[in-house]
Amino acid sequence: MVVLSVTGIRKLYGGTVAVDDVSFQVGRGEIVGLLGPNGAGKTTTINMILGVLAPTAGSIRIDSLDLEAHRRDALARTNFAAVYAPLPGNLTVAQNLRFFGMLYGVRHLGERIDALLSDFALTGFRDTKCGVLSSGEQTRVALAKAMLNRPRLLLLDEPTASLDPATARELRTSIRAFAVSSATGVLWTSHNMYEVADVCDRVLFLSRGRILLEGNPKTLPAEHGKETLEDLFVTVAREPLTLQS
Amino acid sequence: MAIDPARVGAIALRQFYLFRGSITRTVPLFVWVAIDIVLWGFITRYLNTVTSAGFDFVPVLLGAVLLWDFFQRVMQGVTMAFFEDVWSRNFLNLFASPLTIGEYVTGLVLTSVITSAVGLVVMIVLAGVIFGLSFLSYGAALGAFVFVLFLFGIALGITACAIVLRFGPSAEWFIWPIPGILSPFAGVFYPVATLPRWMQAIAFLLPPSHVFEGLRALVTGGTVAADRLAIALALSIVCVLVASWVFRRVYRRAVRTGLIARYSAETLS
Repeated sequence: MVVLSVTGIRKLYGGTVAVDDVSFQVGRGEIVGLLGPNGAGKTTTINMILGVLAPTAGSIRIDSLDLEAHRRDALARTNFAAVYAPLPGNLTVAQNLRFFGMLYGVRHLGERIDALLSDFALTGFRDTKCGVLSSGEQTRVALAKAMLNRPRLLLLDEPTASLDPATARELRTSIRAFAVSSATGVLWTSHNMYEVADVCDRVLFLSRGRILLEGNPKTLPAEHGKETLEDLFVTVAREPLTLQS
Repeated sequence: MAIDPARVGAIALRQFYLFRGSITRTVPLFVWVAIDIVLWGFITRYLNTVTSAGFDFVPVLLGAVLLWDFFQRVMQGVTMAFFEDVWSRNFLNLFASPLTIGEYVTGLVLTSVITSAVGLVVMIVLAGVIFGLSFLSYGAALGAFVFVLFLFGIALGITACAIVLRFGPSAEWFIWPIPGILSPFAGVFYPVATLPRWMQAIAFLLPPSHVFEGLRALVTGGTVAADRLAIALALSIVCVLVASWVFRRVYRRAVRTGLIARYSAETLS
């Protein structure tokens, strides 16, 4: 069952092509890594899926709903966390979760907030303003917000970028368990190839706005004569032409 | 598209959270209007002592100041709630949610209704207790005056939000002088007939000018012309509709250009 279907999306800024004819799908309970060097088009792609950037061409369907025609319903089934989109620092953790919970129409919101505070070890920070939390704590709050509405599609843009390895591992385990238990499709960007290999079922390599490679992160490097996913990433970043079939 | 009251309420609740925890947000709700009322209250008292007996400046000048301050509070109620999202760089979180533009703007308006009502009550109490301004003297027309100014304040507030969304946070400084720029045309303190013809033409298009002309007519023993009130009301409604259309257009452009996703202090496209 497909939860995200991206078909031929393209984004032009003037004469510059940021994303060019990108198509892929994410299934229920599947974690797909969206990889690529800086400027490859990962965040542009995520922004288009979030409905905050209109594609120049192509279509996006979330849980079978066309994003352009059914924006509200499609986004009600989606959520995201990104390192560049912290929650307002002038609200407490609980206030932020209540505010966004109301925006996403979460039922039994009080109970849901309590559960997420517990899941993300945030109960002690319930009445702390987000702006004074450490970056790791803010990341946990952002992830709690991302799971408020039990989304069918979860977009995570470098979710563990500011976390120490132990916390990052715990969160990866939590997200993995959440994706499996709730049949949520996850689109995950990261520059940490160890993390990607550990958590993703499938990866897409973007280069210069196009999908260059796709496959299982555990077998893909060998298929292209590389030892590790990181070696493959470096090749995508530096010599993408050598990988084009 | 239908407006979801819960999402509108969320915008107002967010603002309530901010006010509840911040003296720097709550104090300005009533301090500036209180200063204006006290200042203009004493000016009107002084004018009453130096001009011919029988004419009372209190309902004319102090009433006008009160209504003009109310209009400004309404406008700022909308813009300040919007600026909270600008300052906290919250657009991506907001607009990647199911919140619609209609719900967002309605939430800003609801916030403004509450904050401007606080200012209005403070002004009415101060003007009544200290300077003896009785709002009963304006009669039923007062409701129409307040409603027209409320609508126009909302329209300007939404327009101001559109300007900042279009040109970036630094465009905030375009917004604060707007009431000051309009006040000479609106005839807050003097009849519109005092103005040169070209200014009168602009004044006619501004709903507040009809309100203040009506106010002066009322306190000098005349009656408020129903057709002027109708024009003011119609103009206000048109202003709200145009402002909402402009905001929607600016938002759509921001989605097309990626401005929403990368909104920051450096944005000025």
